[in-house]
Amino acid sequence: MFLISCPYCGVREQSEFKAGGEAHIERPKQPTELSDGEWAEYLFMRKNIKGIQLERWNHAHGCRKWFNAVRDTTNDEIKAIYKMGEKPPTI
Amino acid sequence: MSKNLRVQTSKFIDETTNISFKFNGKTYYGFKGDTLASALLSNDVHLVGRSFKYHRPRGIMTAGSEEPNAIVQTNNNTALTEPNVRATEIEIYEGLEASSQNCWPSVKFDIGGINNFLSPLLPAGFYYKTFMWPANFWEKYEYVIRHSAGLGKSPKEPDPDIYDHRYIHCDVLVIGAGITGIMAAKTAAKNNLKTLLLDEKTELGGTTIYQDSDHIKINNQSSSAWLENEITELKKLNNLEIKTRTSVAAYHGYNYLLARENLTDHLSNNDKQNKIRQRLLKIRAKKVIVATGSLERPMVFNNNDRPGIMLSSAVKKYADYYGVATGQKNIFFTNNDTAYESAISINNKGIKVEAIVDIRENPNSEFTKEAENLGIKIYRNHTVVDTHGYKKLNNISIMELSKDGQSFANSNIITLDCDCLGMAGGWTPAVHLFTQSGGKLKFRDEDQVFIPNKYPSDQVSVGSCNGDFELDEIINNTSKSLKEFLNINKTDFDNLDVQCPKDKEIRNIWLLPSNKVLGKTKPFVDYQNDATAKDIKLALREGFKSIEHVKRYTTTGMGTDQGKLGNMHALGIIADTAGIKVGELGTTTFRPPYTPLTFGTMVGRNVGEYFDAFRRTPMNDWHIENKAEFENVGQWKRAWYYPQNNETMHDAVQRESKAARDSAGILDASTLGKIDIQGTDASEFLNRVYTNAWSKLAIGKCRYGLMLNEDGMVYDDGVTTRLEENHYIMTTTTGGAANVLGKLEDYLQTEWPELDVYLSSVTDHYATASVCGPNSKKILNKIIPDLDLSDENFPHMSFKNAKIDNIKCRVMRISFTGEHSYEINVQANFGKSLWEKCMDAGQEFKITPYGTETMHLLRAEKGFIIVGQDTDGTMTPIDLQMDWIVSKKKYDFIGKRSLYRSDTMKEDRKQLVGLITDNPSEVLEEGAQIVANTNPTPVEMLGHVTSSYYSPNLNKSIALAVVRGGKNMMGRKLIIAMENKNINVTIVDPVFFDKENVRLNA
Ligand SMILES: [Zn+2]
Repeated sequence: MFLISCPYCGVREQSEFKAGGEAHIERPKQPTELSDGEWAEYLFMRKNIKGIQLERWNHAHGCRKWFNAVRDTTNDEIKAIYKMGEKPPTI
Repeated sequence: MSKNLRVQTSKFIDETTNISFKFNGKTYYGFKGDTLASALLSNDVHLVGRSFKYHRPRGIMTAGSEEPNAIVQTNNNTALTEPNVRATEIEIYEGLEASSQNCWPSVKFDIGGINNFLSPLLPAGFYYKTFMWPANFWEKYEYVIRHSAGLGKSPKEPDPDIYDHRYIHCDVLVIGAGITGIMAAKTAAKNNLKTLLLDEKTELGGTTIYQDSDHIKINNQSSSAWLENEITELKKLNNLEIKTRTSVAAYHGYNYLLARENLTDHLSNNDKQNKIRQRLLKIRAKKVIVATGSLERPMVFNNNDRPGIMLSSAVKKYADYYGVATGQKNIFFTNNDTAYESAISINNKGIKVEAIVDIRENPNSEFTKEAENLGIKIYRNHTVVDTHGYKKLNNISIMELSKDGQSFANSNIITLDCDCLGMAGGWTPAVHLFTQSGGKLKFRDEDQVFIPNKYPSDQVSVGSCNGDFELDEIINNTSKSLKEFLNINKTDFDNLDVQCPKDKEIRNIWLLPSNKVLGKTKPFVDYQNDATAKDIKLALREGFKSIEHVKRYTTTGMGTDQGKLGNMHALGIIADTAGIKVGELGTTTFRPPYTPLTFGTMVGRNVGEYFDAFRRTPMNDWHIENKAEFENVGQWKRAWYYPQNNETMHDAVQRESKAARDSAGILDASTLGKIDIQGTDASEFLNRVYTNAWSKLAIGKCRYGLMLNEDGMVYDDGVTTRLEENHYIMTTTTGGAANVLGKLEDYLQTEWPELDVYLSSVTDHYATASVCGPNSKKILNKIIPDLDLSDENFPHMSFKNAKIDNIKCRVMRISFTGEHSYEINVQANFGKSLWEKCMDAGQEFKITPYGTETMHLLRAEKGFIIVGQDTDGTMTPIDLQMDWIVSKKKYDFIGKRSLYRSDTMKEDRKQLVGLITDNPSEVLEEGAQIVANTNPTPVEMLGHVTSSYYSPNLNKSIALAVVRGGKNMMGRKLIIAMENKNINVTIVDPVFFDKENVRLNA
């Protein structure tokens, strides 16, 4: 059970949060223009990184805000937290 | 009466308080402070159990939580009985009853013991092999195996004890209160850090507290006296909490730890009453100091498991701490100086030590000299090759080792009589918690130990769990580590004068040689699971290479003790056999809990009605008063049906369903999810999340919407009402409410932050009564006479604000039953009075309350889907024959693109259809498989039944089903293949009742 620092509320226990998978996968603005393959790329393909991963988290049982985290998936260490729309910090 | 082997008084034992207890039905006496093990040993009871596979007689081997053999069943009460309790840990109390496990009919005459003679038939992997081949082999052996396998008996009734959970936040957590733990806790607390000190034992001070060697001194005091003084000082410190009888079970990432505090297990049955038995501590520590010590290793040689063979450190602890002699003729068998320390100590208490067998070629420290001076015979460069005595050790055979330690110098066998053999195979740092936390180990070749290498969090290991085994290095290194870890300049322990003249030489031979071939010997590596060196070698011969595989195949380290004693030997033997270094092999993973946890501790107070939170509607009391049966929908308790006069569920549902269509019915719909949507872009937002168009929905109108996932599959549905220009109220399914809100928030915050939309869950803020049936209009007219209910003013799919006795309400004319119906929403507090008002007004029309089951039946008659029952995350709107709700004009909505993927456009996807049975009274089973014919094997499964009821309004059985290509199969005959019969069905349109929707406006 790790600790996550919500950018709006501060440090809380993991049980208050919901993981939202890989970050920075933008929903295509014009889905109908895409081929099946391109749409499938958006829909299904994830990197599933072993190591430093940029991922989405939601403070579901708190302020309900979504934000991004930089997490090392090998040891769950969260290296940085940044808000939606912000550029990922360089780690 | 048995012998009394109490040899001396001990300050840890209260000899003025006699305690009687029963073991295997016989009454014994011990003293306050005794463990079951020490009390039994003082009564000369060594034989306490049988081994798991061969049912060999086993005795007490250790004095701690690592005990593999002496595990007992406590308490005969069918609710309170507990298996796998370590006799070495449980403190005796008045009324304690314990019995041996794993033996039948008794520990002294055990039928399973025959397995010992059948052992050639029970090699490594026996169970796996039995499962595999030949097929009927398992059936034959199952009965015997099931009867002889298993450790102990589980209780048969709910646990009446009280358990508790507590959260603790601290600056520093110190695990283990041996000498290093005491040093660490004192240093942390004195530096103003909020400190928590935990130890699994009753007394603080670890092994040092009963150390009585004249050679081991701190500041010219005996080490025990010095430590006692330190503990006294420690207890005076303010910001320190000390918990004994508390075992850390798990060390997770981020310094989150779970510990079990034992509060009453040592108390008499009377004193236990109404007290919390155990407490789970959930600890968040900023820093953790691991001072868990080390476990002494046994030696691996033929028949190293007889009662009377134990660890040398245990022999010492029983004598020094409990004042109990574990034997009258003792021999020690060692590869290092530890055994000499034990031998000298017990010899000084008048317990006879016959000899020390040392595999080292020429041990020659102060300790060896003193032992020899005391007249103890030392057999240098010798090894034990065999032991004798079935229920108790009688004698051992020893031989002189060859230079390389793999065979013998000559063929002479010396036999030595003894009733207790203390094994000293070196020390294994207790790195279990460190590795649980994600720590990586390194192997130290000099003395063959794994020690911490890389810390994954803010923690440090000190003392013998970090590979420092002798007092001088323990104190010096701990003091140095503490300064670095706590970032301080000095400790109270910087300039101590420590004397510890032990020789650090160790000669490590993982599997000692035997004068017999390996196949004829039983050198146990894992005592509890009866895994021998032979089994491990067999596994390697059979091709297992990974240590994790060998572990599972041989079951080494898989008992309740998790192989705390023998794991290192297993690794050593594998490495030696494979010709590689132990360090290259790596270790198996240590998993929580470190020692077994009770289920009670894990669940704490969350039992019975507190197991999960539940939600009740404002009308709940009325449902209870009117004898409703309830069903769980998510966390909600929903009225399921209202049986009258001992009706069956079927009869009640038939009656309710008929009444709702014949006159009037009322449903508590308060549980439906309600999301309040506001903002200038609310309409655009709904356009994007639902499949149909929303921009043109007029104020005061309602619309049904279907929500998809991006993959095109139906996610949720419900009616949304436009209350004002920029204000909507959305309803969701009862179970989907939280997820829908989460999903909508996700899109708003991350994909469409430019939209001016605000969402708020108002599910609990409103109570909803749904009144339906041909008389619903009349009932509503009685409740709200001011409201014009004409079709012109208040048509189907519209909404009105109204007032009932000055209470504001929202009335929607919407229907999930196909009947003319109204949903009345009031502020939750008024829910029950609203309901009662409807019942009063409806009395003359025999208004019938109905539950979720009737609601399901009525909507099935209309072919309305229930998301999650008729859909399963693989159904598109097209599959559901709901093409009408998918806007062709909208450029985009969630999931739209996926509806044009080649896969979702396939003609032969499973599609929703109606089914009627040839025999109208035959009701299908939900989930039943649908086939076209039953001849060829394998039979092609075409789909399954999703909803099925007997319709009282149609007087026949109806069902909804998903069938491959079903859309184009209207009128086709298919078969429902049941276990005992085939049921003939015909595919029909899923709308069974009132296809023209005449009744909506009736
Ligand atoms: Zn937050």
